[in-house]
Amino acid sequence: MTDIMLRFLIGGIVVSVFATLGEVVKPESLGGVFAAAPTIALATLALTMHKHGGVYVATEARLMVAGAVAFFAYACVVSFVLMRKRPKALTTAIALLPIWFAMAAGLWALWLRR
Amino acid sequence: MRLNLRFDSLKQTKPAEYVSRFVFGGLVTVLAGFVADHFGPVIGGLFLAFPGIFPAGVSLVEKHKTLRETAEGKLGTWSARGQASVEATGASVGTLGLMEFAVVLWQGLPTHNFPSMLFTAGGMWIAVSCLFWWIRERM
Repeated sequence: MTDIMLRFLIGGIVVSVFATLGEVVKPESLGGVFAAAPTIALATLALTMHKHGGVYVATEARLMVAGAVAFFAYACVVSFVLMRKRPKALTTAIALLPIWFAMAAGLWALWLRR
Repeated sequence: MRLNLRFDSLKQTKPAEYVSRFVFGGLVTVLAGFVADHFGPVIGGLFLAFPGIFPAGVSLVEKHKTLRETAEGKLGTWSARGQASVEATGASVGTLGLMEFAVVLWQGLPTHNFPSMLFTAGGMWIAVSCLFWWIRERM
């Protein structure tokens, strides 16, 4: 329970700090960089390191590369759709999340599972 | 293009939005930890780069731009969604830094100590992101 509370607290703080930075930094395209900050990793890796050690974290980081590649594809598609069709941003970003899942699963199956 | 910090943009964010951002960030982090604990470092690692707060981020950009445009007497929806697209483009550049962050930890951690690798990875994230942002601005 303490672990969950600690994760929640650290995650909330890290995400809030990066979101605020993204809002303050101008131009907006540079502020957008903070939307892909390693917030979850920064919030969880220290606890994971403490619990499981360096090899475990290195394994997680290897898979995080695939997650980041999937995030790149997803963000590019969201940007394209928003620019070309101008639908509602939240609906678009949520509706296109399967792209991240499909890319991440595909990269895992083709490259990282071996 | 000039880089600057505009703290006045923080005034547009309501206290409830700060709270929801904190709660959402906390929940996504707990969920990522839960996935790692139950499915191991392989699936857990993928979720370290899950775009959990991205939808809320682009939505907030759209909302704030719409409010600004409405205050100026314009409709604003079209340009607000364009602004959200710019935010998403910035995020796509940021993911290149995120990849570098992960590569540094993946390659460095078994042999180097954690604090120094985390510091290096963080530095590489910001350096690579800014470099690719700069290149993209000049394309």
